[in-house]
Amino acid sequence: MCGISCWDWNIGKRLVADISSWEDKFNWIEELHASPDGERIAAIVNIDEAEFSVCVNGETWENIFDKIWFLRFSPDGRLTAIVSEDGEWTLAVDGIPWENRFDYVWNTLFNKSGTDIAVAIQQDAKYSMALNGVPWENSFDNMTSMTLSHDGTKTAASVQVLPHKEGEIFKFQEGIYTAAAGGIAWDKNFINVWNMSFSPDSNKLAAEVRSSLYDYTIAVNGKPWDQIFGCVWEPLFDPSGTSVTAPVKIGEKWTLAEDGKVLWDSKFVQLWRHKYSYDGTKIAAVVAPRFGKWTIAVNDKPWGITFEDFVCDPVFSPNNKKIAAIAKNSDKWVVAVDGKEWENNFDMVWDPVFSPDSEHLAVKVEKNGKYTIAIDDKLWGNECDAVWEPIFNQAGDSILIKTIENNKYYRYIIPVNEIV
Amino acid sequence: MPGFAANKVENILDEGIEKGGAKLDNKQIEDVIKSVLDTETGERLKIYVDTCVHCGLCSDACHHFLSMGRDPKYSPAGKVKRTLGEIFRKKGKVSPEFIKSASIIASTECNVCRRCSMYCPFGIDVAYMMKVVRRICHKLGVTALYIQDTAHSHSVTMNQMWVKEDEWVDTLQWQEEEAQAEFPKLRIPLEKEGAEIMYSVIAPEPKFQAQLIYQAAIIMNTAGIDWTMPATPGWDNSDMAMYTGDFEIMGRLKRSHFDTAARLKVKKIVMGECGHAFRSVYDVGNRWLGWKRPPVPIIHALEFYYDLLKAGKIKIREKYKKSVTLHDPCNVIRGGGLADKSRYVVNALCDNFIEMHPNREHNYCCNAGGGVINCGPPFKNKRMVSNKVKADQLIATGAEVLLSPCHNCYSGLEDIIGHYKINMEIKFISDIIYEVMEKPA
Repeated sequence: MCGISCWDWNIGKRLVADISSWEDKFNWIEELHASPDGERIAAIVNIDEAEFSVCVNGETWENIFDKIWFLRFSPDGRLTAIVSEDGEWTLAVDGIPWENRFDYVWNTLFNKSGTDIAVAIQQDAKYSMALNGVPWENSFDNMTSMTLSHDGTKTAASVQVLPHKEGEIFKFQEGIYTAAAGGIAWDKNFINVWNMSFSPDSNKLAAEVRSSLYDYTIAVNGKPWDQIFGCVWEPLFDPSGTSVTAPVKIGEKWTLAEDGKVLWDSKFVQLWRHKYSYDGTKIAAVVAPRFGKWTIAVNDKPWGITFEDFVCDPVFSPNNKKIAAIAKNSDKWVVAVDGKEWENNFDMVWDPVFSPDSEHLAVKVEKNGKYTIAIDDKLWGNECDAVWEPIFNQAGDSILIKTIENNKYYRYIIPVNEIV
Repeated sequence: MPGFAANKVENILDEGIEKGGAKLDNKQIEDVIKSVLDTETGERLKIYVDTCVHCGLCSDACHHFLSMGRDPKYSPAGKVKRTLGEIFRKKGKVSPEFIKSASIIASTECNVCRRCSMYCPFGIDVAYMMKVVRRICHKLGVTALYIQDTAHSHSVTMNQMWVKEDEWVDTLQWQEEEAQAEFPKLRIPLEKEGAEIMYSVIAPEPKFQAQLIYQAAIIMNTAGIDWTMPATPGWDNSDMAMYTGDFEIMGRLKRSHFDTAARLKVKKIVMGECGHAFRSVYDVGNRWLGWKRPPVPIIHALEFYYDLLKAGKIKIREKYKKSVTLHDPCNVIRGGGLADKSRYVVNALCDNFIEMHPNREHNYCCNAGGGVINCGPPFKNKRMVSNKVKADQLIATGAEVLLSPCHNCYSGLEDIIGHYKINMEIKFISDIIYEVMEKPA
């Protein structure tokens, strides 16, 4: 596969599908989804009572299902949906259901490249995950916090490994949960196991754990850190996979810890959503230096500006030099890069996208009920009924924009300098 | 008449409290009390304790005191004296038996409704003080079994009733299918990124009140609302951990709720008719995480109904004919200021609205809220006896129907109606809207 370099990057606007022509064919059309390359537009459609299909560029899948939900394109462009036939559920990929069927399926996960697809499954009131259609050999009484490794080879979740009835509070407090990677449970139980992440090579799994009602720490492959904290948030492996970092609460303040030891000197009212730069030299996190004031801290140093309500995940540029984040002040969303706020504000902003050369930053934005794209704080002049998050070409000089305008789906390739 | 009904409310054994208390030793108690008082409370608590002059003006504000023969030990000041007062007097050197007793007082004899604070000349927040006691009891592992189980459910599932992830989505799809029998094109849109509104509920709805989700879907579709519901944990806005004193789980719940709304890129969260969850999202839980206000705007169903009716997005086919009275839930009326909007809604829907007295922010508590009903069956009889004043208040209205825009209030008042054999139906506001609204042909 050659990825985005194989896509059509010829400058211009192309009508891909006239959605209005679909309307007579179906009872209703659900939410539209555009493929990553912009060449296809798809939606779940209702044909008759308990008869659903998926319409892609005006053509429906050959298979009809009793129910379809969670239609999503994988990053590599395959179209997936959770489908039901005769009371059984599975995942359909480009219209073809997996061979294995289950009592219920949910929570579709893709790895970054889209080569692998995982789902949560329930069969006979037991819970497990299926990776590319193949279920775990073991199943459990309950399962939460499902995750898929970066390379797509491993799945993991928090699982209940001992029987428990509602009301058995002391049994629960002895620890009936652990993590399972690929269906293999750790040999140590905890009261709770939450958000987890794999090492880059997928061989190690780190998770938030609660070992008593009051003791929180991080466990890696089942072994808890020696240090106990008042609370913790999601752990991350560094890009080399040698250490694990996590936000930890000490006393009434939060900081960042590495392998159980305090890494950052600063203490914050809150610290979460930490991210590594691609080269592993920087860590950025969302922090609240004071109550009700939010910003990004990079390697322990908060930006000079703060926001009132919300700061979303920091995003590193590919060259590791820039950091962008979206934030909310009252009812307006803004974009901030390296501690400087864009002049434009919006009713909603989607995740920031850096160009491969790190020169430009693009976001999907909403203002006054219309959607468009902003690059480097400059707005594309086209106000649309819907747009999807933009994608730069490899050179970073063109951008793919997918839009709905007057019920027609268009694919644009625009030179970046036409907007900035 | 001190000692009134004492035989029905004392010597209650709760497994969580008894077994938890049996594990305690005096040193552990002293250490935990010191830790909580030194690191988690500040001048606020000290000033409250030092300021109270025991004037007794809080007494008549408390439904427990009024219902229990005006026994001073059930007055707000009396409950502080029996708990924190003793802790301070003995400098934290209290016994396991005392902690068990303090847990019962703080969790079943106070609904943290804050009515007494309005009558205190100094504005002392007795609810806050009772929550400090609950926090100490939580840190010592002495919490009533039923509500502790609820906190455990929250910790695993992020909802309060052990609803598993597939059960949640399956229930939404079931209700969508049910509603399609009435309105063939109706949808409950799941995971619709960019919708205007995320609708969130509490776990009793999918667990055993699924018709409320059905009704909400009808209201949303009729009003033409661009809405969604999440298919992931984060859909439940409730928070019994706030009431057990497990603030770490409370924070985890609120983060999950607001992160879900942010992930779905909605402009606003509309929550169902629940009171305590409103307190958790706009006041307590959000602030524990460092948010001064809810990071995604969130409105209670009452306000949402008000907006829909005011804008004409819902039209009334024919007003409800039976006489109705309205219970003002503490967290959305005294705490959230929705008294006028709730009356606008009720008058828009009903022909014959009879105010109960006292009302609005002065209304008597349901005696279910504050986690009291969640302490479960061992305390049910006590909960009935210690809210006779509410039964008298309901009876005096002569109304046929009681409206309760809060789940805990609803359940507690349903118990009161049954216990005191009051001839009154109870409904949510959405029950009435569903019944009287114009629906699409």
